[in-house]
Amino acid sequence: MTAPEPAPGSDPIELEIPARAEFVALARLVVSSLASARREIADDRIDDLKLAVSEACTNAIEAHGAGEVDERVLLRWWEGDDRLRVSVEDQGSGFDPQRLRDHPPVTDPERLNFERGLGIPLEVDFTPSQRGTRVSLVMYCGPAEPDLEP
Amino acid sequence: MDLSLDVTERNGYTVLAVHGEVDVYTAPRLRERLVELVSQGKHQIVVDLEGVDFLDSTGLGVLVGGLKRLRSHDDLTLVCTQQRILKVFEITGLTKVFAIHDSVEAATAG
Repeated sequence: MTAPEPAPGSDPIELEIPARAEFVALARLVVSSLASARREIADDRIDDLKLAVSEACTNAIEAHGAGEVDERVLLRWWEGDDRLRVSVEDQGSGFDPQRLRDHPPVTDPERLNFERGLGIPLEVDFTPSQRGTRVSLVMYCGPAEPDLEP
Repeated sequence: MDLSLDVTERNGYTVLAVHGEVDVYTAPRLRERLVELVSQGKHQIVVDLEGVDFLDSTGLGVLVGGLKRLRSHDDLTLVCTQQRILKVFEITGLTKVFAIHDSVEAATAG
């Protein structure tokens, strides 16, 4: 596993939210608004990005468990020439991706016993960090809107 | 965004219309409402997702849980025509598990 590589020439935009469920909607709103304001991206890809960020934030918040109300989840956003990168970093105790259980096939009645981890496929990196676990998502897309460059 | 849940009866079916975003924050309310309907003896449940703006795996998990709670001769079906929501069912393979109708009329016709 490698550390997430920031897009060259850009400083990240950061959003830090309390590790609580009610803030996941805010994270989705900020990330999707940034994407649609700064890039020409089709609506269905914005939906994909919202879904990926929501899943990553949900996992990050659940990594903290109940009662850790002072802990935070850090989102970072980088822009490169042809890509956007979003990382979601928690302060939880971490996990081993190799030890995740495989679920039964979707048509197997046993599958109904799995209400979490329903297999939404994401292209991500999991990286243990000083804080906890960092999940990095990359979306390849067209160039930034020229008028909106910082 | 808030979640609203409205229950109506139609042709012997119980229709639960969901509006808003279903995620880790709002999904517990959807779960509670489904459990309540099942415990009231409502065993032909149609969940209308046409008013849903966003749904992630937490929401899928609640619907899978609802299906599991109903006995084998009962049913939980869905109404959904929005591509952004249908896509979440498609990529997880859950279109093979749920009957998904185009309208409440079609879902309650049987």
